[in-house]
Amino acid sequence: MTTADKPSSAPPIRVLVAKPGLDGHDRGAKVVARALRDAGMEVIYTGIRQTPEMIAEAALQEDVDVVGLSILSGAHMVLVPKVVAALRERGVDDVLIVVGGIIPPGEGKQLKQHGVAEVFGPGTPMNEIVDFVRERARPRGG
Amino acid sequence: MGAPDEARGTDPADSRTVELAARVEKGDRRAVARALSVVERADTSSRALIALLFPRTGRAHLVGVTGVGGVGKSSLIARLVTEWRRRGKRVGVVAVDPTSAATGGALLGDRIRMEELLADPGVFVRSMATRGAGGGLARATIDATRVFDAAGYDVVVVETIGVGQDQLDVGQVAETIVVVEAPNLGDDVQALKAGLREIADVYAVNKADTGSTDRTVATLRAMLALEGDRDWNPPIVKTSAATGEGIAELADAAEVHLAWLARSRRRAARRRERARAELRRLLQEQLLRDLLGRVGDPDLTAATTAVLGGTDPYRCASELLRRYHG
Repeated sequence: MTTADKPSSAPPIRVLVAKPGLDGHDRGAKVVARALRDAGMEVIYTGIRQTPEMIAEAALQEDVDVVGLSILSGAHMVLVPKVVAALRERGVDDVLIVVGGIIPPGEGKQLKQHGVAEVFGPGTPMNEIVDFVRERARPRGG
Repeated sequence: MGAPDEARGTDPADSRTVELAARVEKGDRRAVARALSVVERADTSSRALIALLFPRTGRAHLVGVTGVGGVGKSSLIARLVTEWRRRGKRVGVVAVDPTSAATGGALLGDRIRMEELLADPGVFVRSMATRGAGGGLARATIDATRVFDAAGYDVVVVETIGVGQDQLDVGQVAETIVVVEAPNLGDDVQALKAGLREIADVYAVNKADTGSTDRTVATLRAMLALEGDRDWNPPIVKTSAATGEGIAELADAAEVHLAWLARSRRRAARRRERARAELRRLLQEQLLRDLLGRVGDPDLTAATTAVLGGTDPYRCASELLRRYHG
């Protein structure tokens, strides 16, 4: 605690990366978490098999700007609305929600109607995700 | 005093900060989360918030948990928190992980080991990145404990990053320091080195389920025996975050330590030491900021050139100091 700070610039963007549901394929989530970290963000990684309540609770306690959900089980149409509802129930209504996984285009549109800002499919370049998060995350202290 | 300088002192709180502080004191979880973000910003609003919350602090038991990386601090804390919950205590956790010096980013993964706690409204876990601080904690960690304290949490646990031998800032934040050890981490000479073991109030020798903790315990006992009788002899508790062994005993040891602190008036003495250390740190930071702010870049560049040209760095620094610091 001895480091004197530089004139503080904007605090880092805080992102929760979580995997709801029962699939254990967390490689993609870890790669994205790492890329966001390397882009200077603080990434809270909560691991696999999270319930919507656990994710919402973590988002609340960590006061994140962004919630990134990785779903490869095909259950996104069930899980994502549940996460959104659990967040709203806790008054967490100003976070940017993004989803990664194998999501058919039509369903991606529906997810966006549920409050998801963007859906990233397989093969999305990392910098596309990083740039999107950076541009759209709520400015802190607002 | 010169012109008002908003970097100094405490500013009158704006109405939003006053409202936030009031909600924190009521234990509103969303407000606690926001307040923790505010103190991390370390700006005028965070100072105003702490000014409001500070009178409500001093009730929580501040427990530091430290140790080298991989000894199982997070898993042990998850078990300990469960035990404290069983005893009816509300628990706040500040879990610190390192910020990458290269990118400024951080991967905060301590929650993974604590996920069973998340359904419990009597527990609040917050991950915090060091953001460049070097002592095993973040600069805002101490203020984060104040937010939890003011919000009525009975126990506030501070988990350091996996520390080296001289990252001892937890001693400036916590009242009871649990040093977590694990088997096979070093020989008897390691045990004699300065560092973590000089600040331990309680030892947890973790991973007892692996069956090889006896030697570690014996080494610690031998080391403690060399120090002779002290007014507090740190207990050594064998724990296993995997099986739950020793967890109740560890919680007992922390409570006994707190009771001893209070009984022996050490609690007040330690508070005094911590307050003094914090004041020194704040003064250092403020002075450094002021001074470096006044030393202009051209002067620093000129001095750098002088050093490269053969003038020794002590002399150049002294000259700069004379010019700007009188």
